[in-house]
Amino acid sequence: MSLDKIGIAKRIAQELRNGWYVNLGIGIPTLVANYIPKGIEVEFQSENGILGMGPFPFDGDEDADLINAGKQTITALKGAVYFDSATSFAMIRGQHVQLTVLGAMEVAQNGDIANWKIPGKMVKGMGGAMDLVASADNIIVAMMHTNRAGASKILKECSLPLTGVNCVRKVVTNLAVMDIKDGKFHLVERAPGVSVEEIVAATEGELVVPDNVPEMVLD
Amino acid sequence: MNKEVKNVESALEGLQDNMTIMLGGFGLCGIPENSIQQMVKTGVKGLTCISNNAGVDDFGLGLLLQEKQIKKMISSYVGENDEFERQMLSGELEVDLIPQGSLAERCRAGGAGIPAFYTPAGFGTEVAEGKEVREFNGKPHILESALTADFAIVKAWKGDTEGNLIYKATARNFNPMMAMAGKITIAEVEELVPAGELDPNEIHTAGIFVQRIFQGEKFEKRIEQRTVRQK
Repeated sequence: MSLDKIGIAKRIAQELRNGWYVNLGIGIPTLVANYIPKGIEVEFQSENGILGMGPFPFDGDEDADLINAGKQTITALKGAVYFDSATSFAMIRGQHVQLTVLGAMEVAQNGDIANWKIPGKMVKGMGGAMDLVASADNIIVAMMHTNRAGASKILKECSLPLTGVNCVRKVVTNLAVMDIKDGKFHLVERAPGVSVEEIVAATEGELVVPDNVPEMVLD
Repeated sequence: MNKEVKNVESALEGLQDNMTIMLGGFGLCGIPENSIQQMVKTGVKGLTCISNNAGVDDFGLGLLLQEKQIKKMISSYVGENDEFERQMLSGELEVDLIPQGSLAERCRAGGAGIPAFYTPAGFGTEVAEGKEVREFNGKPHILESALTADFAIVKAWKGDTEGNLIYKATARNFNPMMAMAGKITIAEVEELVPAGELDPNEIHTAGIFVQRIFQGEKFEKRIEQRTVRQK
C-alpha cells in the first residue's frame, strides 16, 4: 500500500529534532505539524511573518490579520512573535531555520527541484520557495512519486523550470524515502507493503538500492 | 509634523497614469483596501504594481485587474487569481515574478539607499537570467537591484498624526519595507490617534517614512482561506 498524504506527513515528522525551527510549505508539508513525535519541541515559522504558529482557530475565533503562508487562518502559540517579510527571509537566508519541508512537481538526482511553473499552462509564482531552497541546508521534499498518468517525478533531470539547483537532500514520497547524494537517489526506506521493484519501476532517475531496504514504521 | 489627510481622496492626490505603485499585504491580509477601491474609482491606468500577491478576482488588486488598470505586476505568488492568470497567459499583462525574500529585500534596499545586493535565491533558475553572478564563500549569488515607487500604499492597525505606524499580527508582512521605499508613502489605518498616544517603544514604522496618513472609512478584511477546528 502506498502512503496517502497523511502517511507522508507522518514519516517526515519523524525527521524533526528537538529545538528546531521549521518552515513548512503549502500542501502535504503543512500536515507535518499534526504529527510531531512525543517529547520533541519544535517551532514553526511561516514566511509571511510568524514564528510560533499554532493550530487552526476554533470556529468563530478566526482573525483576518492572522494567517499562514497558505493564507489560512491560524493561531499564535505562547511565545510567538510577528515580524515583517524582510526579517522573515533574513531568518531563512541567514540559516536560522533548521528544516524546510516543501512540495515539488519534479526532483532530479542532482538535487534540483521544480515546483513553480508549467510553461504556457500554469504560472502561480515561486513565492518564498526559491529563497528557501537556495539557503536551507536541510530540505525535505514531500511529493507523490509519479504523476496522475503514472510518469515518474523522480528524474535524471528536471524538465520544468527550476526552483533551485543542487539543494534537495531528502525526498519522501508515497512509495519511499530517498536521500540524494553524489548525484544519485539512494533508497532508504519503502512504504509499508511496497516492494523495491515497484519503487525502481516508478523512478526514472538513477536509484542506488542497498541490499536491505527496511519498511517505514508509522503509527 | 502632521501628516494627516482627511480622506482617501486627498491621500491619493497626484496619482497618475503609468505610475509605479507599491501595495503592502500578503494575500488579502494587511492590504490597503480603501485605497485600492479609490484607485478603481479614479480610473487611473497603465499602472505598474509591486505587491507580493495580486488579490483575488473580486477583492484587493483583483479589482484593478478586472478594470485592466494594471499594465505590469511585480509579485512573487499570483496563484489565487484566475483573471490574473488569464491576462498573463494571453500576454495582456506584463508580469515579473520574483522570489518573495528578494522582493522584500529589494523594497527594503530601495528605502534604505542600497542600490543592489547579492542573494543566493534564484541562482540557476529563470530568475537569474541576465543578472550578474558572483561567488561568496564558494557559493554563487545573483545581483538583485533595489525597488522604489512613486507611491507606496500601506495598511496599518494604528497610526498617529505624525505618521508613526503599528501593525497587527501577520498583517505587517511587506508594509514596513514598502513604507520606506515610496517617494510618497500613504498609510491607511484602522485607527488614527493624536501624536503622543502611541507608545514610542511599540512603533514599527517611524513617521519619517510616511507622507500622508488617514483612517480608512471601512475595513472588510476579507479572509481568503477560512480554516477552523471544532471546539
